[in-house]
Amino acid sequence: MSSDSPQSIIALAGIRYRWRPNAPVVLDVEQLDIAPGERLFIRGPSGSGKTTLLGIMGGVLTPGSGHVHLAGSDLATLSAAARDRLRANEIGFVFQMFNLIPYLSVLDNVLLPCRFSRKRSERAAADREPAAEARRLLARLGLSEAALLTRDVAELSMGQQQRVAVARALIGRPGIVIADEPTSALDVDSRDEFLELLQEECTASGAALLFVSHDVSLAHHFDRTLDMRMLNRALDGEADSS
Amino acid sequence: MTALMHLAARSLWNRRFTAGLALLSITISVALLIGVEKVRTEARSSFTQTVAGTDLIVGARSGSIQLLLYSVFRIGDATANVSWESYQRITSHPMVAWAIPLSLGDSHRGYRVVGTTNSYFERLRYGGNRSLELAAGTWFEDLFEATLGAEVARSLGYDIGDEITLAHGTGSHSFVDHDDMPFTISGILAPTGTPVDQSIHVSLEAIEAIHLGWQSGIPIPGQEVSPEDARSQELTPRSITAFLLGLESRAAVFQIQRAINAYPDEALSAILPGVALQQLWNLVGIAENALLVVAAFVVLAGLAGMVTMLLASLSERRREMAILRSVGARPVHVFGLLTAESTLLGITGAVAGFALVYGAMALGAPLAQASFGIHLTPSAPSVRELTLLGMVIAGAALAGAVPAWRAYRLSLADGLSIRT
Ligand SMILES: Nc1ncnc2c1ncn2[C@@H]1O[C@H](COP(=O)(O)OP(=O)(O)O)[C@@H](O)[C@H]1O
Ligand SMILES: [Mg+2]
Repeated sequence: MSSDSPQSIIALAGIRYRWRPNAPVVLDVEQLDIAPGERLFIRGPSGSGKTTLLGIMGGVLTPGSGHVHLAGSDLATLSAAARDRLRANEIGFVFQMFNLIPYLSVLDNVLLPCRFSRKRSERAAADREPAAEARRLLARLGLSEAALLTRDVAELSMGQQQRVAVARALIGRPGIVIADEPTSALDVDSRDEFLELLQEECTASGAALLFVSHDVSLAHHFDRTLDMRMLNRALDGEADSS
Repeated sequence: MTALMHLAARSLWNRRFTAGLALLSITISVALLIGVEKVRTEARSSFTQTVAGTDLIVGARSGSIQLLLYSVFRIGDATANVSWESYQRITSHPMVAWAIPLSLGDSHRGYRVVGTTNSYFERLRYGGNRSLELAAGTWFEDLFEATLGAEVARSLGYDIGDEITLAHGTGSHSFVDHDDMPFTISGILAPTGTPVDQSIHVSLEAIEAIHLGWQSGIPIPGQEVSPEDARSQELTPRSITAFLLGLESRAAVFQIQRAINAYPDEALSAILPGVALQQLWNLVGIAENALLVVAAFVVLAGLAGMVTMLLASLSERRREMAILRSVGARPVHVFGLLTAESTLLGITGAVAGFALVYGAMALGAPLAQASFGIHLTPSAPSVRELTLLGMVIAGAALAGAVPAWRAYRLSLADGLSIRT
């Protein structure tokens, strides 16, 4: 697959990133392609550049060199505003913990992407109201109690919060769901249940799933596994120099 | 941007305790600012309304502010009098429509006594061409009758038929009394919101009568005159303190004014009340501006408190910013969220402060009327007040740029990762 292959939902080529102009390169990726609907597991120890990589894929961080293609568009050719819009349209993010805006209700948290992306708002409203779609997703994730939807998010358990975050990532059918260590705050039982739900829902909405974790035991749930130590050449340099 | 406003409102509500404190300081500072402005304009309009119907004020030669203050506002004293002959000569001029003579210098328990004629009751205008009205009784007719202003009657608890004695001099502790000649209260005027409310009105002849047997402001021993004797004496006044003039035509004002100022037999001053008021405002304007500046600094302090509150909240909100970025918020949205919060606080504080002043005015109007004679009329906010409000809100939005800029920089630097 070439880096600008139209069938990739995300394609990276020759990416180098440093946080500050004179800081060391923390990410150096020659090539990475993710096919639509693919389930990719990226493993790597803490500090290996996983979160940085996700920021680059989402156009939140701009690499010093190289190209990022997201849903067919070269991010380098887009304005910052267009990059933000494309991210809102095409990516749903789930983070490690504290995913939710504390002052919004569960429902408003799920609807948040619809406020920043007309496309997701329209897709969410394709067959029903966005709020109804949010409720449907929450119900599918096992959060159907009406009382829960208007609850203060801080009162939810960690597992419930992560499921709300998945509903938010999925609303309006983005092309890819990026999950950054979403299970590391969960205990083993809720971790497996969560992973199952995440997979099911991504399949149901046709989204590719990019799952990042340091926990290798999860890898067998996925189509393909990549190791940051292989992917990120900046880590080799580190190893050489030490 | 309604989405941002919604977010900002929810975010503030989530921090309602600290946000409430910031809001309180803005509210109080705005109330102070608007209050200062309101008192200034209300005092001015109250003064202006008091003199509105008069074309010229005439008294012995003096500064125009002094003449205005002692003749109309009963503040301070005249340095000299106007002779009765001059008064009669001037008021017989064909352009003079009416004249109200004023004889001041006596008092009753701190309230000024005004010797005058029926024309005071008939001709004096206040508050946009309103004439005096009696709340009870009649305007004085007999030599020893007095008509009280509303406030005098109210605060001293007087009623029709009560007797009062006048004191010589205008201090509240006069030692020389005219207690040999008591006055009966014949009438009480309706409230006007002008110094009329604080005055006791008697005839010019009564002033003459109570000073019979007096010389240079002290009674001559052995020459006491009884009220009965006084009635039989010649009581045409020899002089008055000042008089108000109404002219047949406003156009004649300057001509008459010049003629009076050049009056050959006596050194007199004729002033246009509006012009004298303007001079007074110029004089007190410095103090008013100083007050406004103080109020403006209090507003600045309120806004600084709000900025502090927003800045302090940022460190715990970095994750929130990263989440917003992940769902598609642009860095300018993060900037906008913070300025929306400060603007909301500014608007709420400004409106609340405004409501506080107007509410206090509605509740305190009777008190202001009673204690200061300032007539607070419920009026629509002035352009100047709205401008001040706009400036406070704009200031709040602008002040919000400080935390907003910091949040913007943080969210650019953090990306999707939160490093604390
Ligand atoms: N906001 C940031 N500013 C500066 N350096 C950062 C920032 N976020 C991460 N880094 C650095 O980048 C490197 C990779 O971090 P990260 O992508 O968060 O790793 P991981 O997600 O695999 O734990 C680390 O050395 C980290 O210190
Ligand atoms: Mg990470």
